Amino acid sequence: MRKILNLDGSIAKNTEEPIIPNDELLHWYEIMVQIRTLDTKGIRLQRQGRVGFHIFTTGQEGHIGIAAALGSDDWVYPAYREHGAALLRGLPLEDIIHHLFANDLDTQKGRRLPGLFGEKNINFVNPSAPIGTQIVQAAGTAYASKYKKDGNVVAVFFGDGATSSNDFHSGMNFGAVFKTPTLFVCMNNQWAISVPLHQQTAAEKIVDKAIGYGIHGIQVDGNDILAMYQVAKEAVERARNGEGPTFIEALTYRLGPHTSSDDPSRYREDSDVENWKNKDPIVRFKKYLIKKGILTEDQDKEMWDHYDNLINELIDQASKRPLPSIETMFDDVYETLPWHLKEQLEEVKKYSNR
Amino acid sequence: MVELNIVDAIKYALEQEMDRDKDVIILGEDIGKNGGVFRATQGLYDKFGPERVLDTPLNESGIIGFAVGMSLYGIKAVPEIQFIDFIFPAFDQILSELAKFRYRSGGQFTCPVVIRSPYGGGVRGAHYHSQSPESLFAHTPGLKVVVPSNPYDAKGLLISAIRSNDPVIFMEPKRIYRAFKEEVPEDDYTVPLESAAITREGKDVTLISYGAMLHITMDAADLASEEGIDCEVIDLRTIYPLDIDTIEESVKKTGRVISVTEAPKTAGFGAELSALVAERWIEYMEAPIIRVAGYDVPFPFVLEHDYMPTPERVLDSIRYVYNY
Ligand SMILES: Cc1ncc(C[n+]2csc(CCOP(=O)(O)OP(=O)(O)O)c2C)c(N)n1
Ligand SMILES: [Mg+2]
Repeated sequence: MRKILNLDGSIAKNTEEPIIPNDELLHWYEIMVQIRTLDTKGIRLQRQGRVGFHIFTTGQEGHIGIAAALGSDDWVYPAYREHGAALLRGLPLEDIIHHLFANDLDTQKGRRLPGLFGEKNINFVNPSAPIGTQIVQAAGTAYASKYKKDGNVVAVFFGDGATSSNDFHSGMNFGAVFKTPTLFVCMNNQWAISVPLHQQTAAEKIVDKAIGYGIHGIQVDGNDILAMYQVAKEAVERARNGEGPTFIEALTYRLGPHTSSDDPSRYREDSDVENWKNKDPIVRFKKYLIKKGILTEDQDKEMWDHYDNLINELIDQASKRPLPSIETMFDDVYETLPWHLKEQLEEVKKYSNR
Repeated sequence: MVELNIVDAIKYALEQEMDRDKDVIILGEDIGKNGGVFRATQGLYDKFGPERVLDTPLNESGIIGFAVGMSLYGIKAVPEIQFIDFIFPAFDQILSELAKFRYRSGGQFTCPVVIRSPYGGGVRGAHYHSQSPESLFAHTPGLKVVVPSNPYDAKGLLISAIRSNDPVIFMEPKRIYRAFKEEVPEDDYTVPLESAAITREGKDVTLISYGAMLHITMDAADLASEEGIDCEVIDLRTIYPLDIDTIEESVKKTGRVISVTEAPKTAGFGAELSALVAERWIEYMEAPIIRVAGYDVPFPFVLEHDYMPTPERVLDSIRYVYNY
């Protein structure tokens, strides 16, 4: 397993520290702070009945390292715990908050469960909900880029549970056969809702599955943002050089519940969670930044306070917005409205007080 | 003008569209060197090469998912599913992904893939090489469902489908792939989607059909005319979204409506047609609205011609509504 950062923030023996500008490192950290804060706010809003749903990213912030290895013209297919990748690619924080409230400024037009969003202008593909479907799509997108010879790569995220899905198989196979510039990134957080990894697969390691597809595979400490960046960088290079896809198994842990509808005490031990809290990707990265003199404890506290306040403000603004108009219910089914949707729109307008 | 059968007209359309736009890519099982098991892509591999004519692994979900991904990136992907009976592994990609991408992303991401696939019975294909699942797709908002019945429409509709910004399920009536030839313009032309054709004008009974069944329906109309019953035949061409105006005009004129489809009757597309007519124009009706359809059994083998509508079965229904 590839690892660069020790738990105390020092560089592991016999590994090379990647050379990354300080402001970039700090920016990654800032995004970690933002999405961790979004989780504490989001679940509270859900419990208060102010938003419909919450999906957690807590513990999986290491994914930002993968996103950091991509260029702005590359594409990302998220599963649904990759909010950090979206922010790193330039999604304004307020857009996520409008989306959580599914209000009139939500670019998903209030159609999606909060947390399931994409954004075209940052090449961050809109996820569905059926597990695994994006994996083969990512291979197709990468093929299109290869065909057009524009040098872009496509990173697709999915969970350990998704490795049992049909389209994990089709995606890995198509990606390998057509040698597409794809990064298949499995965020192995040990659980698929209540189902532990050993009930998901009898393979010793998920990364071993890559062998059967003829894909280069690598296992990485998913809570080590530097290692995540490093393996992704190498995979991007391979992809851009025409060497085909890479399968990355990132070992991580979902520290929170599956979603706001889940109660993990039904299926897992607190001690397990505590054990993984010691490997918290944010804590580890912070220690590194402090060791390097890029961040001080005071600046860190200021940063958390800043985002706490900012997100509160954004929540305040977003919660005051109206819902999308009734017309939006019929938009985007097709490019233009067919007759029957026009009729149905007229009908619903009679009954809607919106 | 060239004389073409349906399968050649389809190949012609693919070739012309691939000539016109280098971002049109076709993919599927055995479509490359082999030219497709029905030869609908014959010669295209040699002409356009393996980067644009992809022989894929044997995985329908993979074919459609891969096409969706290509299409999101601006490629016009035109996958072939070898027989529509094998499209079911791809249902998730079609219903959950292809049909919903535009909507679920608030209009940001579109994937106007055209899925071509031979469908239908009458070819001694038994359960798994004969089915006609158009209703399953017509029940899916976001998809358009197109079924040509002749070479002229096959070419013009396929070109329209390829140029459409919405995903299209393009169902090809394999029973009549090579049944007859007709004059088809060599030039580029389109037949608009969502527009039905009046294949035969008449004043007594409206027969609504599409695809291979259109010809059974026309034969029935000929038999009826020998008995002095003047049938109008509508070829829907696009079954979803429907051309409601053409249906309206005809059924108001005749007051008698029969649909002819080959899929199982219950919840088949004929049911939708009956419901539409009853809901909107029941006061014009002189007789019950009838469905002539396949029976509600898995598609049979040696008894397939008893299973599918025949001109005689349609004729009986014509007599029934006419004399009601
Ligand atoms: C095809 C399908 N089956 C079931 C579900 C319900 N479901 C949602 S998430 C999930 C577990 C996914 O686990 P994993 O892939 O490991 O991702 P994680 O949530 O752990 O990040 C399940 C069963 C679904 N969304 N799609
Ligand atoms: Mg998991």
